[in-house]
Amino acid sequence: MKTNQYANVIETHKVKPKIVKNMADSFFFGGLFGLVGQIIVWINTNVFQLDEGLSVTYMIIVMILAGSLLTGLGIYDKFGQIAKAGALVPISGFANSLTSAALEGKSEGVFLGIASNMFKLAGAVLVFAVMSGFFFGIIRYLLVQIGIAPALDHETVAFIIGGCLL
Amino acid sequence: MKEKGASFKLNHVYLESTATVVGAMEMNGPLSSYFDIRNPDPYFGKKSWEQAETAMSELAILKAMVNAGVTAEDVDFAFGGDLVNQLVPTHYAMREFDIPFIGTYSACATVVESLILASTFVDHDYATRALAFSSSHNNMAEKQFRTPVEYGAAKGATAQYTATGAGVGIVSQKPSAVKIESATIGIIVDAEQNNPSDMGTAMAPAAAHTISTHLKEMGLAPDHYDLILTGDLASVGSPILIDLLKQDGYDISGIHQDCGLLLYDDEQPTFAGGSGAGCCSIVMFGYIAEKLRRKELKNVLVVATGALLNATIVAQKESIPGIAHAIALSSAEVKGGEAE
Repeated sequence: MKTNQYANVIETHKVKPKIVKNMADSFFFGGLFGLVGQIIVWINTNVFQLDEGLSVTYMIIVMILAGSLLTGLGIYDKFGQIAKAGALVPISGFANSLTSAALEGKSEGVFLGIASNMFKLAGAVLVFAVMSGFFFGIIRYLLVQIGIAPALDHETVAFIIGGCLL
Repeated sequence: MKEKGASFKLNHVYLESTATVVGAMEMNGPLSSYFDIRNPDPYFGKKSWEQAETAMSELAILKAMVNAGVTAEDVDFAFGGDLVNQLVPTHYAMREFDIPFIGTYSACATVVESLILASTFVDHDYATRALAFSSSHNNMAEKQFRTPVEYGAAKGATAQYTATGAGVGIVSQKPSAVKIESATIGIIVDAEQNNPSDMGTAMAPAAAHTISTHLKEMGLAPDHYDLILTGDLASVGSPILIDLLKQDGYDISGIHQDCGLLLYDDEQPTFAGGSGAGCCSIVMFGYIAEKLRRKELKNVLVVATGALLNATIVAQKESIPGIAHAIALSSAEVKGGEAE
């Protein structure tokens, strides 16, 4: 039977998610990721003498590698339980979603398992990233046309596209 | 014979032997010493979660037959299931035994469903010996119902941890220290819950309905039992069950326990508690059966609870139905091979 006769009792026992604590955890650990990223950028610029663009690009690569490695070692999911969205939103979280899905598919082989499972979770992120890029591009184009936003030079556009491809 | 209703008495069915196989989290929990085989390797030496769970079931079935001193030829029928699509672990485990077999599914209530069927076959002389089992594997359940095992999304307080374990019970008419008294088959109760991370709430109404039906139809007061054990309502569903039964005039707060809460201690990261088709199975066949043998418990009503969750249909905005099956076990005196 389908019934809502139990709704009253169920309602009195509803467990409320700890939104404030979750947000605070996410903010703190997400910020920690940002700090680590910033340190890597600093090392890239000051120790390896890279220019600003390359420093950021290499930092992203390092974060992706670290996210994937920690996923494979079984650490990232435990960290995610503590860091909440702070572990999911940074680029290492994106790497985690790819790597964890790939690992899960391993037992079904390279093609049907790893390759076809890899974007099971990340696919939605990509779809929305591409779609929002398209719509915000249109908005920006219109703003440039009516003279509110400045037009970008080719170098900046190439840098943004490079970043997106990563 | 019953006239009408969901409950019936079983007259001469006994638990001949039991066996349990568990994984790392369960062997580190408070009930560890009650389990027969404990293996910290989540793969059980195999290459996939599916194969690992198959290996667990196979091992548990073998161990139960060894404990009873019988071989597959002596077992007339087997009833069992798990949580995986098409009952993969169960079917591939049963491939190794030439026992006439029926696959069962009622999510985490599978073990009691199987045990009711096995007991009924034995009670009505369709079988002299029948086997009932169920299993679940944490990583297998994550893969099928949730996200990849290593995915970093945090789980909320109402989420439950699917137990890694397989439990087997062999029933026969041969008197033993654990007698199977009666059973109640549940109806599907859908309380319009749709949060797949909160199964306790989805299952509690079904458990309340089955317990209430059982007590009413068998004409018993709750205190006939020294323990009413639910399958996996955990910390979220248990208080709901107690409140719902109070509305029906039954106070079970002093005698209720939940397998999902017994299986792990508070230090273990199981959120609201344990769940899964193996959860009730290993607690009933491991812990409860032993307690009955030692006469530390006299009458126990095991109410396995199942949330009939399917990720696809929930994404289609359907609610999650629940079901609960109950079986009453008692500790029997064995004198010279004859039960009292």
